[in-house]
Amino acid sequence: MRVTIDGVPSQAAQGQTVAGALLAAGRTSWRTTRHAGKPRGVFCGIGVCFDCLVTVNGVADVRACQRVLVDGDDIRTEEP
Amino acid sequence: MRVVVIGGGPAGLAAAGAAAAAGADTVLVDSEPVLGGQFHRGHPQRVDARVRHLANSTVWAVEGMRLHVRTGQADSPSRTGEVLNADAVVLATGAHDRVVPFPGWDLPGVYTAGAAQALAKGQGIAIGQRVVVSGTGPFLLPVAQSLKAVGAEVLRICDANTGLGWLGHPRAASPAKLAELLGYAVRLRSAWRPRTAVVAAHGEDKVNAVTVAKLNPDWTIRSQERIAVDAVCVGHGFTPRLELAVTAGCTLVDGFVAVEHTGATSVPGWYAAGEVTGIGGADLAAAEGEVAGTAAARGSHPSRALAKVRSGRRFAAALAAAHPIRAGWHTWLTDDTLVCRCEEVTYKDLRAAVDLDAAGTRTFKLTSRVGLGLCQGRTCGRAAIDIATALASDRRTFFTPADLQRRPIATPLRLAELASLPEEDL
Repeated sequence: MRVTIDGVPSQAAQGQTVAGALLAAGRTSWRTTRHAGKPRGVFCGIGVCFDCLVTVNGVADVRACQRVLVDGDDIRTEEP
Repeated sequence: MRVVVIGGGPAGLAAAGAAAAAGADTVLVDSEPVLGGQFHRGHPQRVDARVRHLANSTVWAVEGMRLHVRTGQADSPSRTGEVLNADAVVLATGAHDRVVPFPGWDLPGVYTAGAAQALAKGQGIAIGQRVVVSGTGPFLLPVAQSLKAVGAEVLRICDANTGLGWLGHPRAASPAKLAELLGYAVRLRSAWRPRTAVVAAHGEDKVNAVTVAKLNPDWTIRSQERIAVDAVCVGHGFTPRLELAVTAGCTLVDGFVAVEHTGATSVPGWYAAGEVTGIGGADLAAAEGEVAGTAAARGSHPSRALAKVRSGRRFAAALAAAHPIRAGWHTWLTDDTLVCRCEEVTYKDLRAAVDLDAAGTRTFKLTSRVGLGLCQGRTCGRAAIDIATALASDRRTFFTPADLQRRPIATPLRLAELASLPEEDL
């Protein structure tokens, strides 16, 4: 599968989550908090904490750890 | 007779299979693309072919025996809706990691034990190369094993308790479970440190070191050392996922859904099985699921499963007794330690809210904003209530954990999805 992460084309495997792809690419954080601007990435990994939010195909606030990639996905993070 | 089972982990799978075998029209609703839950992640499970399996589906609201379901990709506005009318419901929604806060626990590179496990088993990813595992309970051992299997070096496995208490209850233990745990203990013994904990994580934009402390029995700090790491994973037992149980009106006892021996809750037609009824592991969850699924479908008495439930619960009680959460963790916190990660509420902010004489959970939340962010208190709620209760110890206790599980909309929904619901579904 081919997906795009912050504008950079990359390969993804069947069953890979957005968080899996970001971590595999060496990213550990991709969002900042509202007040103190602290970095956030994956924390709970199972859809509970909402730390890992990304924008998928223009839809904001998608949990990266829950969203399984499909061919052609365009992933945008808040802090590329 | 229609039985709806919510949750596709060990309890839900067994419940759905048992309900179908007893002749009920059975629907299994699960939020993952494949069955198995957190326990079987990476090893998709099958369910009885007579069961209608709704994958990628979440029950977001409950009205009596009407369940509102959305199906589709996670958090996608194009999910489709469905209303299921049930004659009986089996709640098997499981649990997620409980983590007690400490300075730096919000740094990237600090993960829950469940995240480390899910990423290792589901995605083949090691959270780091030099990892310290910390918390309490037997779950730390399989997590450390999974980390090693994907190439991480596990420098320490810190259990804040002695971790061997359950060996003192041999009559309570299942031989197979003991053998499994002893196997881990043998393979991981060089890294295992009882009565220690990660009490702080350090770094700017990512964790680069942790403070590991030797602890007193009450979890206050005796001595500390600093260890360079690139990841930390923490787990202090589990918190049940109670939103649907609370919305349905099920009575809770000690923070779990109260059930009779059949799995029946206090609400007619509602049953519960697995970790929402008490933390006991996958084998016990499956036995409880079989019992509850059978009872929900009004099938015949599953005596073997009932016997497994009884012995499993004895083992679970012994494990729980060996892995308490001791209040000494409050002494690890500094004024600026975040307790609520989403709304960035610090320990100092919580103290100020309690000092203002917050008259119960609602004012405590509104004053401090704890638990009002994206995760709605799922991550910090338990810790926040513990802290508030300790700080208000000289006054009446106003704080009840169930107050932080009250979420009539059980899972986030987009406004466009709500707006598109047909009128007869509202």
